Amino acid sequence: MKNMKIFDTQAKYGKYTTILLSLILFFLTIFLYFFTAHQRHKENPDDKIVPTASEMLDGLKRVTIQKDRKGELRLWIDTYASGKRFLISLFLLVFAVILGLNMGVFPIIEHFFLRFMTFFDKIPALAVLPILFIIFGLGETSKIALILIGVFPTITLDTYLRARSVPSEQITKGLTLGASDFEIAYKVVLPQIIPGVLDTIRLNFKAMILFLIAGESLAATVGLGYRIFVIRRYIAMDIIIPYVLWMSLLAFTADFLVRLWVKNGYSWTEKQNG
Amino acid sequence: MAIPGQRNKMDKTLLHLEDVYKRYFNQNKKEFTVLNDIDLKVNEGEFVSLIGPSGCGKSTLLRLVLGSEQPSEGIVHFDDKKIIGPDRDRGIVFQKYSLFPHLTILDNIAFGLDVEGFTIPGRIFTPFKYSKRKKEFRKEAQLYLERIGLKNDGDKYPHQLSGGMRQRAAIAQSLIMKPKILLMDEPFGALDDSTRQDMQLFLLEQWKKEQMTVFFVTHDLEEAIFLGSRIIVLSQYYKTDKDSNEGSKIVSDLKISEKTIKPTSFKYSKECADLIKKVRHEGLDPEHKQHIREFDLNHKDSFRTITQDEWNNK
Ligand SMILES: Nc1ncnc2c1ncn2[C@@H]1O[C@H](COP(=O)(O)OP(=O)(O)OP(=O)(O)O)[C@@H](O)[C@H]1O
Ligand SMILES: [Mg+2]
Repeated sequence: MKNMKIFDTQAKYGKYTTILLSLILFFLTIFLYFFTAHQRHKENPDDKIVPTASEMLDGLKRVTIQKDRKGELRLWIDTYASGKRFLISLFLLVFAVILGLNMGVFPIIEHFFLRFMTFFDKIPALAVLPILFIIFGLGETSKIALILIGVFPTITLDTYLRARSVPSEQITKGLTLGASDFEIAYKVVLPQIIPGVLDTIRLNFKAMILFLIAGESLAATVGLGYRIFVIRRYIAMDIIIPYVLWMSLLAFTADFLVRLWVKNGYSWTEKQNG
Repeated sequence: MAIPGQRNKMDKTLLHLEDVYKRYFNQNKKEFTVLNDIDLKVNEGEFVSLIGPSGCGKSTLLRLVLGSEQPSEGIVHFDDKKIIGPDRDRGIVFQKYSLFPHLTILDNIAFGLDVEGFTIPGRIFTPFKYSKRKKEFRKEAQLYLERIGLKNDGDKYPHQLSGGMRQRAAIAQSLIMKPKILLMDEPFGALDDSTRQDMQLFLLEQWKKEQMTVFFVTHDLEEAIFLGSRIIVLSQYYKTDKDSNEGSKIVSDLKISEKTIKPTSFKYSKECADLIKKVRHEGLDPEHKQHIREFDLNHKDSFRTITQDEWNNK
């Protein structure tokens, strides 16, 4: 017992201690939940607000393996519908990256877009939603448009700033080695900023999901966001909670995959120094 | 024996600056002069060391030659053409950020060849030929790797190398494109002493082997004298009749040696010590200000365009 300090800035912990420490809050939350559920069911066996584990498992079964009245497996078709909207938006964000890159490399494109994008970025996307519904109707377009209005400018501006912060020496060096302006953009600047841009996109998953759920909750006939708002009317917590957990799990997995991609695909980003 | 009317190849003028001024704006939007009336001619094959007190404008002058900046006034010509931007004729090695962090050392060295051999139609319609060429470029780059003593480090990334290895690779990256002149801005400034000496010898070997022209900026006087066949001193420490000088001028321009490598022992010779003393006194000492008439500009390529009027009024 040499060191009794708890808050020691130099402290180092072993692998198991670290894992144990990080699990505490998870277990505590789960415990508190089931404790509450248990208590409430003791008072009222029909309690719907805090369903027990078996009730939720039951609910989960009803949406994953038992067909509903329409003969559909709800969770899967909802996941498919929402996933498709998410992936289409994600694909369209490629153009945000390309635009930001070119803004960062070519002054003419910078001057043309920068002010507009900066303003565009400040438009509250959710406030535009009624306009989108009026223009595009209640179909897929307006939901994807909402996501893009929400995150496209952010990604563009972030890519732009990253492209700008590539040292000018690198660009000069590229030019002295005979690279064209096009090659400067796509062979010198872009590969250097890709890992950072991927990180930004990953951190914006949350915003994208937020806009997706908002869009779905107001106008959709299928989708994860749509579903939880519909069954809210029946206080179907036994389904809402698994849905929320499922969405979180999906988001976490997507985030994790991108992190893995950056880590393995761009090993040169580790501990860089000039 | 020189044939009349035919200039020796080695006497060809590569770089020609005349009446060059460079001014910048400070934070208060006031203009100030950094380079004041620079005249400079550099012939092929020369190893020019440029030295001067900190902040005198060495890097600025180098950027004008590189083409990444334009002079406020005057002409900067390379190979009889106005310099409009950085291009393949002039290679550069900076102190930092010289290598592309996302490429391996081998790919870094092959970069110039790659972009030269790259066309979109070629990439799409003749992919086989393209990948074959890429392989050839890698082979050539490998030769350079061996020359810089990094034979086995080709697949490492820049951050995995030491500072000295990185600078070697950066030099090879420029050399492979065979630039007409190699510009260097304090390339060894961040290296420790012994690495620095190795790098100096390495650079001199390359200079000889490639018969290159080198324009080398440094703030280390000994390094400047050991490496250079010619030394140019840029300094803000000088005076005029009016004593209202602003910006740096070339205050000395001296021949150090023939275009040959000096033995390491030169560093300890009296000749070297005297030269160091002279340059330090005339160019780098803030206390001692030479009058512009007293500048020692005895290198054969040195010139000054200055009118009687200017002599009197400056
Ligand atoms: N883009 C710029 N805008 C304004 N002032 C500048 C700019 N670039 C350089 N200067 C100024 O010009 C002067 C010369 O700068 P420069 O970097 O060329 O000096 P240097 O001789 O290379 O110095 P060092 O030995 O520290 O490398 C400095 O006073 C610097 O502040
Ligand atoms: Mg400098």
